[in-house]
Amino acid sequence: MNASAEPSDRPGPVDSPHDPVSSPAVRMRGVNKAFGDNVVLQGLDLDVAPGERVVIIGPSGSGKTTILRVIMTLERPDSGTIEVNGRHLYHEQKGGQLKPAGEKHIRSVRSDVGMVFQHFNLFPHMTALENIALAPIKAKGMGKREAHQLGMDLLDKVGLVEHANHTPGQLSGGQKQRVAIARSLATEPAVMLFDEVTSALDPELVGEVLTVLRDIAEDGTTTMMLVTHEMGFASEVADKVIMFDNGQVIEEGLPSEVLKDPQNERTQAFLGAVVKH
Amino acid sequence: MSTDTDPVTPSPAGAHHVAPPDIRPWWLRPKTFVIAAGVVVFAAFMWRFGGGDIRFSTEHRPRPGTTFDWDYFFALVPDMLRGIWVTAQATVAGFAVALVIGLLLALGRRSRLRVVRLPVALFIEFVRSTPLLIQLYFVYYALPDWDITLGAFVTLVIGLGVHYGTYCSEAYRAGINSVPKGQWEASTALNLGPTTKWSQIIIPQAIPNVLPALGNFLIAGFKDAPLGSTIQVTGILAFATAASGRSFDAGVEPYTLIGIGFLLVSIPSAWLVRRLERRIAYERIS
Ligand SMILES: Nc1ncnc2c1ncn2[C@@H]1O[C@H](COP(=O)(O)OP(=O)(O)OP(=O)(O)O)[C@@H](O)[C@H]1O
Ligand SMILES: [Mg+2]
Repeated sequence: MNASAEPSDRPGPVDSPHDPVSSPAVRMRGVNKAFGDNVVLQGLDLDVAPGERVVIIGPSGSGKTTILRVIMTLERPDSGTIEVNGRHLYHEQKGGQLKPAGEKHIRSVRSDVGMVFQHFNLFPHMTALENIALAPIKAKGMGKREAHQLGMDLLDKVGLVEHANHTPGQLSGGQKQRVAIARSLATEPAVMLFDEVTSALDPELVGEVLTVLRDIAEDGTTTMMLVTHEMGFASEVADKVIMFDNGQVIEEGLPSEVLKDPQNERTQAFLGAVVKH
Repeated sequence: MSTDTDPVTPSPAGAHHVAPPDIRPWWLRPKTFVIAAGVVVFAAFMWRFGGGDIRFSTEHRPRPGTTFDWDYFFALVPDMLRGIWVTAQATVAGFAVALVIGLLLALGRRSRLRVVRLPVALFIEFVRSTPLLIQLYFVYYALPDWDITLGAFVTLVIGLGVHYGTYCSEAYRAGINSVPKGQWEASTALNLGPTTKWSQIIIPQAIPNVLPALGNFLIAGFKDAPLGSTIQVTGILAFATAASGRSFDAGVEPYTLIGIGFLLVSIPSAWLVRRLERRIAYERIS
């Protein structure tokens, strides 16, 4: 959109001259985050390839949500770097050096990222359609009519066309979450973050949301990072499973490896507890 | 509760029930800036046409020896109405100013810049802890020393506006803080800019929580507005003072009248404010 605001495209002594095709969708290097004395991310390194579907598992309070939140810029890392599609999220190249980025730069990179929350966070004073059309209109400059058409298409995709003019208060939990997913899809983020999107739902409503997630996964174009306790779903859609504990990745690999045949004993203990549960 | 029990089944392309894009009329939407614009226009109207210098009639006097002269009482009604009209205009215009100043102060107090935040907080504290009467005197009698001379009515409007603006700012602040964290985070996740975030997400949700307090301030402001008589605003108190000064025993009737006048305005407006609150709260959940 504004190439001039992107000095990293210029030639010069640039640390990571990515060719956009091969650069990872998300690259985290040495990311630290602590809340007071509570160290949550400890020099975290993480790569997610474009189109890849990564499931993050780990004990409660280990920092899974925090990983997604620093990528969404809801939480600022204490140190380290994060790149999205080859562009630094929190830094700008200035005179060949990495400097903390301004709000404008962050906003530009952030447009590649979307997030779906555990508790939906729909706008209660707007209809389902308005929820979905808002960001395309206001953040992407799309025309109102076009955005509403897009909204209707997305509602169709998540099976909620009849509820276009209903407000969140008139929807069930599963329906709310499907609207929230459609809302996030509307801005076409390259990377979508899903934080336990079925945990707040009644068990009988989990299925309809997982169906929508499967659809997105099958499209194959969107990079997905999912935190979930649905191990069956994880082994079905994940290209890669990451076991996260004590601020670091302690095991990663194919679902068949990490979930079915974990090598690390903390992974074994965690999965044992989840299965028994 | 819901009819949509079967799981996700996208309808076939071009299905008959694809609803037309939302067509709720704008006046049913919480588009607050429309309301704000209306308030500003109304305030401008008041500014232009309100508060003209009213001369109360001087001909009526009570018959000597009566404790309560009904003829005199009824003869005073037109003047009382003119007085209360001035007072009501000052209240409404002052309140409109307060709504805007309150919002600016509330935003100033949230500013990331200390040089903005601290003076604003200090100003709010200062205004809230001094009486409106003193503030009116200051604006009306002291500011001319710095070559700022304002008319009595304008002084009253500004005095009410600033004084109640600080109260409104506190109400706004509470209202803004009452918007759940998830709403701010969703705004960030959707990459909405600050203008959209505030105008579309935060303020529309804060308003229903702020309305009861604002309604009370409006009514409190109406009860404070007669202070304008101390700076020669020809409002309702000035009417009574003028009438009662005309003869020795002329006081009972005008003061009874203004009590009635206040009730006539306060009770319906309290009722209106409550209705408005309920309406907006209703629109919010539905
Ligand atoms: N804003 C915050 N302020 C202080 N501490 C926080 C904050 N957010 C998270 N924490 C702490 O950081 C740690 C990691 O939290 P996080 O929510 O990332 O864990 P999680 O792995 O997502 O856990 P869960 O499975 O319960 O969702 C926890 O100890 C939590 O208490
Ligand atoms: Mg979490």
